[in-house]
Amino acid sequence: MVSPSFAIQTTGLRKAFGDNVAVRGLTLEVPAGEVFGFLGPNGAGKTTSIKMLLGLVAPTAGTGQVLGAPVGDRAARTQVGFLPEHFRFHDWLTAEEFLTLHGRLYNMPAPRLRARLSDLLERVGLMSFRRKTLRTFSKGMLQRIGLAQALINDPALVFLDEPTSGLDPVGRRLVRDIIRDLRARGTTVFLNSHLLSEVEITCDRVAFIKHGEVVHLSPLKTLLEGETRVTVRAGRLTPEILAGLAGLGRDMRADGSQVTLTIEGEAALPGLARYLVEQGAELYALTPQRLALEDLFIQIVGTDGGL
Amino acid sequence: MATFTIMRLTFLEAARRRIALAAFLLGIAFLALFAIGFHFMRTETGLPTSEDPGTTLLRSQVFNFLGQMGLYAVNFLTIAMGALVSADTLAGEIASGTIQALVTKPVRRAEIVLGKWLGFAVLLAVYLTLMDGGLMAAVYLQSGYVFPNIGTGLLLTYLETLVVMTLTLACSSTFSTLATGGIVFGMWGLAFIGGFVEQVGALLNNATAVNIGIVSSLILPTEAVFRRAQYAMMSPVARSLGFSAGPLLVVSVPSLAMVIYAALYLLAWLALAVRQFNRRDL
Repeated sequence: MVSPSFAIQTTGLRKAFGDNVAVRGLTLEVPAGEVFGFLGPNGAGKTTSIKMLLGLVAPTAGTGQVLGAPVGDRAARTQVGFLPEHFRFHDWLTAEEFLTLHGRLYNMPAPRLRARLSDLLERVGLMSFRRKTLRTFSKGMLQRIGLAQALINDPALVFLDEPTSGLDPVGRRLVRDIIRDLRARGTTVFLNSHLLSEVEITCDRVAFIKHGEVVHLSPLKTLLEGETRVTVRAGRLTPEILAGLAGLGRDMRADGSQVTLTIEGEAALPGLARYLVEQGAELYALTPQRLALEDLFIQIVGTDGGL
Repeated sequence: MATFTIMRLTFLEAARRRIALAAFLLGIAFLALFAIGFHFMRTETGLPTSEDPGTTLLRSQVFNFLGQMGLYAVNFLTIAMGALVSADTLAGEIASGTIQALVTKPVRRAEIVLGKWLGFAVLLAVYLTLMDGGLMAAVYLQSGYVFPNIGTGLLLTYLETLVVMTLTLACSSTFSTLATGGIVFGMWGLAFIGGFVEQVGALLNNATAVNIGIVSSLILPTEAVFRRAQYAMMSPVARSLGFSAGPLLVVSVPSLAMVIYAALYLLAWLALAVRQFNRRDL
């Protein structure tokens, strides 16, 4: 298999259950090695989309490729890891047995599987629980063992469906660190998450999906950059300085020592600072207010939640 | 390869979820009860003792009859076991979502179905061997009586068990656990009544009743195959009389064609199980 430049490529992937259209037409390209965020309101077709990419659900129409092979291809799945959304596993298995089972299903040679199993149990902090059955695990521990399961084969592409739901802050940080490691190793991560702050921290690019269609797709950096609202806190703000300040941006609002205005981008910040200092204002703070992903989410998807 | 991994998983599940233990303990209880019952029937019913050589034939008739009752009970337990363990296996894993992490591995869905089928087939073989073997041992140790054609009889009983298990697995690939149970026991009830009608019809020389039985056997050939098993293990005298006083009459003996039909029937359901599971959105 030629190493494909795109880990995932789909054209008009569609799924209808009878009259109910879950995914209208998913057209998507995810370059290899990227951490890709897949965002959208509940019922937007995120999980169905993932299921189509994994071959769990057969598309009604459209085409797609995963790691260069048609969606659902068995050989390609050797290189794919998956953490399902409602991580339900055979809870009568011990952590060790569980990982061994999934490693065997990947056809991993026994020595490699053993080594990988120890590494991963250590990585997700469950080494001392390796002989306990999953039935005795808390929700967070199940999520961790599920994550280890998704990585057991050292995949080239990992689908994580809500990997941090049910995790405490320590667990969430662990997931973030693991995703960072994966990125460093060149693994493609397809992350479906409701927790926008997670996505904001971890993802290279995000797609917003609504009614089973990608409504917006862009690198996270450009999404969050661009026009920025800035808060200036300064003393000795004379009317002249304020008038000059108004010329450097727009929509300026002044309230005593605090001024807010919109500038074109981060690049305009040093000029703003220099102007204030040169004009004799006492600058205490110059704070760009990054547009949070949540605002963007609502802006793009709409307050109706896509219903 | 994956087939055997799934097969092993099926064994582990039977052990961990105490299914095997429960079946084993209840099996022991059943065998103990049968052995005690057999003891009292043998000693307290005025049956002549083995010192009287002229009564050997009568004694063997009685032992065979009592043993057949036990075999019938074991047969019922075994098919119930086959249906119970396989009803939830695909339907339950689909409903709970545990199947998702399995089928997204580089395995064929058919391997999952076949692995489960093989696992249950082995478990049922062990169960049937222990139960029928234990029962025959109880009869032999107390009376010295040995059933005729044990191999044929057990293989036919096993075939019947596999038919029920495979049918259940196929339903489980499409329907919920409860619906599967309903369908399988409904069909089994139909075959049971059909088989009964056939035997009574044969006794009364009523062709319509016999045909009803044959049609019900085509829908589910379990009773027919078991009757042939019973016939094989019946004492030659009862057989030549064309009549057994066992819990079920064996007047109309199902043909070999019915046995072949049952084997093909089993394969068809297995193929259907694979096909349905292959097509299903999970």
